[in-house]
Amino acid sequence: MKLNVKIMPKNGVLDPQGKAIENSLSQLGFKNFSEIRQGKIIEIDIDADKDQAINIADEMCKKLLVNLIIEDYEIIFDREK
Amino acid sequence: MKASIIVFPGSNCDRDIAVSIKKLTDLEPIMVWHKETSIPDSDLIVIPGGFTFGDYLRCGSIAANSPIMNDVIKKATDGLPTLGICNGFQILTESGLLPGTLIKNDCLSFLCKTVSIRVENNETNFSKKYKQNEVINIPIAHNEGNFFANEDTLKKIKDSNQIIFKYCNQNGEVNNETNPNGSIENIAGITNEQGNVLGMMPHPERATCEITKLSDGENLFKSISEFLL
Amino acid sequence: MIKITKEIVEEHGINSEEYDFILKSLRREPTITELGIFSAMWSEHCSYKSSKYWLSQLPTKNEFVIQGPGENAGVIDIGDGYAAVFKMESHNHPSFIEPYQGAATGVGGILRDVFTMGARPVALLNSIRFGETSHEKTKHLLTGVVSGIGGYGNCMGIPTVGGEVEFNSSYNDNILVNAMCVGIAKKNKIFYSKASGIGNSVVYVGSKTGRDGIHGATMASAEFDENSEEKRPTVQVGDPFSEKLLLEACMELMKMDVIVAIQDMGAAGLTSSAVEMAGKGNLGIELDLDKVPCREDKMSAYEIMLSESQERMLMILEPDKESIAKEIFEKWELDFSVIGKLTDTNRLIINHQKEIKADIILDILEKGAPSYKRPYEINIFDDEDIKEDTLINENPISILKKMISSPNLCSRKWVWEQYDHMVMTDTVLLPGGDSAIIRVHGTNKGLSVTSDSTPRYCASDPYEGGKQAVAEAWRNLISVGSLPIAITDCMNFGNPEKKEIMGQFAGVIKGMIEACNTLNFPVVSGNVSLYNETNGKGINPTPVIGGVGVVENLDVFSDQNLKRKDDFILIIGKTTGHLTQSIYANELLNDKKGLPPKVNLDEELKNGLALRELINKKFIDTSHDISDGGLLIALTEMSMKNLIGFNINVEKDNLNSYLFGEDQARYAVAVEKHKIEDVRLLLNEKNVFFEEIGRTCNNEIIINNKKINILELKKIYENWFNNYLSKAS
Repeated sequence: MKLNVKIMPKNGVLDPQGKAIENSLSQLGFKNFSEIRQGKIIEIDIDADKDQAINIADEMCKKLLVNLIIEDYEIIFDREK
Repeated sequence: MKASIIVFPGSNCDRDIAVSIKKLTDLEPIMVWHKETSIPDSDLIVIPGGFTFGDYLRCGSIAANSPIMNDVIKKATDGLPTLGICNGFQILTESGLLPGTLIKNDCLSFLCKTVSIRVENNETNFSKKYKQNEVINIPIAHNEGNFFANEDTLKKIKDSNQIIFKYCNQNGEVNNETNPNGSIENIAGITNEQGNVLGMMPHPERATCEITKLSDGENLFKSISEFLL
Repeated sequence: MIKITKEIVEEHGINSEEYDFILKSLRREPTITELGIFSAMWSEHCSYKSSKYWLSQLPTKNEFVIQGPGENAGVIDIGDGYAAVFKMESHNHPSFIEPYQGAATGVGGILRDVFTMGARPVALLNSIRFGETSHEKTKHLLTGVVSGIGGYGNCMGIPTVGGEVEFNSSYNDNILVNAMCVGIAKKNKIFYSKASGIGNSVVYVGSKTGRDGIHGATMASAEFDENSEEKRPTVQVGDPFSEKLLLEACMELMKMDVIVAIQDMGAAGLTSSAVEMAGKGNLGIELDLDKVPCREDKMSAYEIMLSESQERMLMILEPDKESIAKEIFEKWELDFSVIGKLTDTNRLIINHQKEIKADIILDILEKGAPSYKRPYEINIFDDEDIKEDTLINENPISILKKMISSPNLCSRKWVWEQYDHMVMTDTVLLPGGDSAIIRVHGTNKGLSVTSDSTPRYCASDPYEGGKQAVAEAWRNLISVGSLPIAITDCMNFGNPEKKEIMGQFAGVIKGMIEACNTLNFPVVSGNVSLYNETNGKGINPTPVIGGVGVVENLDVFSDQNLKRKDDFILIIGKTTGHLTQSIYANELLNDKKGLPPKVNLDEELKNGLALRELINKKFIDTSHDISDGGLLIALTEMSMKNLIGFNINVEKDNLNSYLFGEDQARYAVAVEKHKIEDVRLLLNEKNVFFEEIGRTCNNEIIINNKKINILELKKIYENWFNNYLSKAS
């Protein structure tokens, strides 16, 4: 079962990378955008059925993948694969 | 004669390189702010080490899109000698002036130590004062110095003799054990095809001083100086 | 309006007496913003309420001191028109909660303390202490803290040149992260935090304010409990890139004659910087929080005043010079906002959204801050010998192998290779020795820097431990040939409301006072971190001493690496073989009883000054102080770099106590054959005790004819960290 874990900085937590990218884009002339935040996506293939896989992924997030102090996460089930 | 040192927000070896240039060449170092759109008349462009824009997104990626870079790319393509060290090397690959890319060290951590590198090609304007295959000791200090290029690119780099430095040990042996960061074929520094743009991860400017007991970087600056005279 | 209940007051760490004082002084109930301000200013971290009584007794002056404690950092005169500016600070609790960000922002904070005074930072050091290596959290905390320190310092381009790493079970649930920064300034261009000039503008520069670290200062002063990990959202995130911009912008502005006063916004953020600056100038201050650049929506006055967002500064400028400063900060893409003005009212007035959110007389906040002489009881361990030396008949080489590959004596290379220790190309002596040496850029002069503490000594005898911490820092500066000038201290202790913990604090301070006085080595800055306990168990008392010295001429200094074979090996200072509280007893024999070695300060002074003279006369270029692990460990450390070993013959009844005892005031030195007569003569003249115990040789370490190849030792010495971290826990 293929899953994606989307990890983003928590709302309100400073995101220096997002801030720097935002400045650079506006210097390159891009307009009409705001609030760039940078996170990451982790792909996992778990040998289990959907519900179980989501549970396992959730545990992986809490134990290792996500720094719960500064990050939020979302487990995305990848239907097509 | 002048050397333009490009300063980005987050550059931090700009002073160090200026000191070495002043001491070892006839060039007068001038600092050029990244927001300028043209480089003043110069005989050499230097992109120093540091953490431009905090290394955010990808190392060197934001700097490579700074206003000054259009002119750097133009002049370097026209043949002006251009030297990028550490983060400067990363900026040169991000801007397309040099092939390949630099990814995270295989040890997954920042690494600061003095390493041995072997001179693979002493026929460039940056390396002619070294002997072919000479082993020199130069410090490295980076998190993303692991040079990577795909097979085709690597073949081109080798075919046109663009590899200038490789990581080795004191005896000049190049192998996995003497590779500090996982770089493909132990590559520590390369030029472009024309040979006028050099990018290297080790810091020659940190090896130009008796007091630190490291002086193997001096010949790099002397090579440039001799060529320009 | 939020109603101030008893619970809210308690949550703010304000006790009932303190609250009564607030009510009496204000003649009304405080607003929530005011309560927050009181809570921050009267926290242990800002008010030093438990420690002030003792700290004020420390010597703070000698002929080199320009500015002692009470400013952002201490300042000493290093000659030729230059001053060194330095301070050490703790970031213990935040680092336990989020090791990477906690350590990173600790480094960021101490850097700002130094550059806010007009000094360009030139060196960082870090004393870090973790729980025992088998503890489940140690690996995670160790790797996080080390990469956090590196992540911040490396990006800033400031070399991290020294420090300490220790593992001990007393830090299992309360690690210590103490960061020190040294900067160099022109002596006549130091910037202070004392505000002046009624009507002058209060200016906010740097990054925007978010909800980071609200309650941080209060958290740092409250004991950890089982639920403390849930306090997580308060941890600040560091942005070294913004700090680098802030540094360069400040340096650029400081070249001009524009700044009246400046202070960084550290613990307790805008509150402490505004209150302290105005308070020092005996003025009033009025702020309009609508002008504070905010990162998040709908921040309340309470949140803005207590936010600990990083990379921010507060400055006082004359109104007609604002535009000069503004231009510079805009060039560096930093926020710049005039947020208030100085008044003559001695009041702190906070306006926000057309309301007055706080109006407090500054004297109440500052001079009214509580100060306690808490009850204390100085306990020392019983004076008893080690139970039994079970290794008495073991080959000293095999004991050496065990010691050199143990967590507290093995090479720290894994740590300092992750720190850029060479950027700025002024690092003359790299990490790994007694002191690092940094060249004063553009001169032939150097600064020597070190940080030291031996907490197990302090736990068994606080007074001797306090003396020893100062003496060891002094010794480390001496053994490279420099002149020790002054220190900064970072006092990490448990809960001061317990009399035995307060006794540890008092005892250590008394010891430090004596050592500082005898060695002419005053305290110019420092920081106190109390309540370092978890579930009631205190850490070992840990006074970390950061020492700074001057090398007059960089052509003359000494390092610890043996350089030639056939040199004479001398041990300066008397070896009686003191084993209790040594690493040998504590860790190999698992015997933690008894007293630490005594520090004889007169002996310390005599031996140290004689060694310094030997170095300055160029009689000696190789020397190393003898500390943790004793004489044989010191000699072995000296052999590692150049693979030059030694052959020593020792005829003692108790060989192990001689080789591994930790008597103080000792140095190991190597002397070239043709200089040995000069050295003997000088040491005899000064009445300094020394022993000649052998000669240097190639590749091997030989003790009473038992040999080992240095490469074999070096492998186990340098691989401990990698082995430890690669093992699955």
